Amino acid sequence: MSTEPVQIRPLSQPVDIGSEVATFSPEVEAEIDRHLAKYPVQRSAILPLMFIVQRERGYLDAPGMLYLANRLSLRITDIWEVATFYSMINTKPVGKYHIQVCKTLSCKIRGAGKITSHCSEKLGIKVGETTKDGRFTLSEVECLGSCGTAPMFQINFAYHEDLTPEKVDQILAALP
Amino acid sequence: MRIEAIGCEPLQLRRVHLEHSRSLDVYRRNGGYEAIKKVLDTMSPDDVINEVKKSSLRGRGGAGFPTGMKWSFVPKDSPKAKYVVCNADESEPGTFKDRYLMERDPHMLIEGMLIAGYALGSKLTYIYTRGEYKYLIDIMDVAIEEARAAGLVGNNILGTNFSCEVYTHTGAGAYICGEETALLSSLEGFRGHPRMKPPFPAVSGLYASPTVVNNVETLTAVPDIIKMGGEAYQKLGTEKSGGTKLWSVSGHVNRPGVYELPMGYDDMEKFIMQDCGGILDGKKLKAVIPGGSSVYIMRADQIIGKDVRMDYEGLVAAGSMVGSGGFIVMDETVDVFESTKNLTEFYKHESCGWCTPCREGTDWLTKVFKRVADGGGRPEDAQLMLDLCDNIEGKSFCPLGDAAAWPIQSAVKRFPEDFKKHLSVNGEKGAEN
Repeated sequence: MSTEPVQIRPLSQPVDIGSEVATFSPEVEAEIDRHLAKYPVQRSAILPLMFIVQRERGYLDAPGMLYLANRLSLRITDIWEVATFYSMINTKPVGKYHIQVCKTLSCKIRGAGKITSHCSEKLGIKVGETTKDGRFTLSEVECLGSCGTAPMFQINFAYHEDLTPEKVDQILAALP
Repeated sequence: MRIEAIGCEPLQLRRVHLEHSRSLDVYRRNGGYEAIKKVLDTMSPDDVINEVKKSSLRGRGGAGFPTGMKWSFVPKDSPKAKYVVCNADESEPGTFKDRYLMERDPHMLIEGMLIAGYALGSKLTYIYTRGEYKYLIDIMDVAIEEARAAGLVGNNILGTNFSCEVYTHTGAGAYICGEETALLSSLEGFRGHPRMKPPFPAVSGLYASPTVVNNVETLTAVPDIIKMGGEAYQKLGTEKSGGTKLWSVSGHVNRPGVYELPMGYDDMEKFIMQDCGGILDGKKLKAVIPGGSSVYIMRADQIIGKDVRMDYEGLVAAGSMVGSGGFIVMDETVDVFESTKNLTEFYKHESCGWCTPCREGTDWLTKVFKRVADGGGRPEDAQLMLDLCDNIEGKSFCPLGDAAAWPIQSAVKRFPEDFKKHLSVNGEKGAEN
């Protein structure tokens, strides 16, 4: 046993999130209103609204979070707490095309590994990385409910199934 | 990918291959919205619940709880609002049936929700869909608006006093939200942490009000139960497991897909070897996980020549469970140690972190699996895995812990040769785990 005193660091460091609040077009504001109208309690709309902020701003950034806190009358920590729980909410920037290869069992035994390594080689990035031009992010994700058409990936929200390396090439080449 | 019925007339899959099967027009021309009309014209809410009880319909999400009984738990005299929530958070590895029901026949789900809403006195219902299924949310939204324009959703449905809203809601990539109380936490705008039961959602669910949460496949069975009568629906299956069931089949089979079978279909070997076209490339069957990844894995010799009946009792007798009906079929090339490692990583990733046994246990297990896979296996590791599972199973806050433990326990016991192979190395690396 060491007799050295244990250094305990504070659990979280102060972060400057700035004071800029995101603004959105009247169309997007109307879309947000439509979501809020669905629920007797406004907080329920937090996930649908996070997806909207993410779509408009690329990811859920600090101004986006301040906007949500204001709009839903919540504390910034409430927003952060929810944002960090859900794997589809990005609190860091991702590429324009987020390639999410399913890695769970049915896909794994039908060759998901090959698809990931093919994407990785082709794009020159490892899993979890983004290309320098900000065009692609490569991730491995858990079961996407596409087991009968394995292996598969999702690029943003679009499903691409029954993949082969050749098919991956075609899909990536066809992206605008 | 096949989508077809075997051994029975297609019931839930009746319309999936029709052209424009998503449209209100096609749905109505093929028997759609007849059940809600029958309910509103001739039945009381109790009549509906009784009919569902008679059908022996059991929850198709995985737990298999009798649906009619669940509905009857909602207190009728409660002054609070009541909610019906459809669990479309289909995230169980190997399961993809709800996806095709919603993609091909969205109005069937809307009708099921309306009937449930009528039976339970609910004016506000939600379809909680996993975030990755965004395209399904779009499909459902179109269908709901179509139904609203035809007077089937909203105020005074079909000119009666009955009013009911159907809304879609999105999850955002958390497996735990398939657990009904976690789903409700998420729907209220919080982290998807499960809640203590009791009180059960039927008494205190969404916004602390009486709530029924049902799986997509459960709710889409309801219109047919109403139309043909509970008894006739039950007779399609067995006494305790009424009706038909959708099975998602993936892995090493020639014809993966979604198959509708009568409950009690005989037998599992015939289903895999003939109906699903047998094993890919003529290889041998090694293992099957029959109910989504959270159930016991089965050896081929527990299936071949064993006449395993495909219903709740039959699969338990054979050493596994119906679960969500997600078949993952593995051929002789699969290393069950590797497949179990993959699922352990899944549960570690999806553990919500709320309770210690599950959070720490699944993390520790993935570390042990990794060490062994990296060549640092020790002979006592199989026992260590079982001990860790023992500290999770039955001791975690919600069923995710059990779901993480069962695949490992069954794999270690039923495929000892696959584990031994890795554990005989007696390596040095990663000794801290």
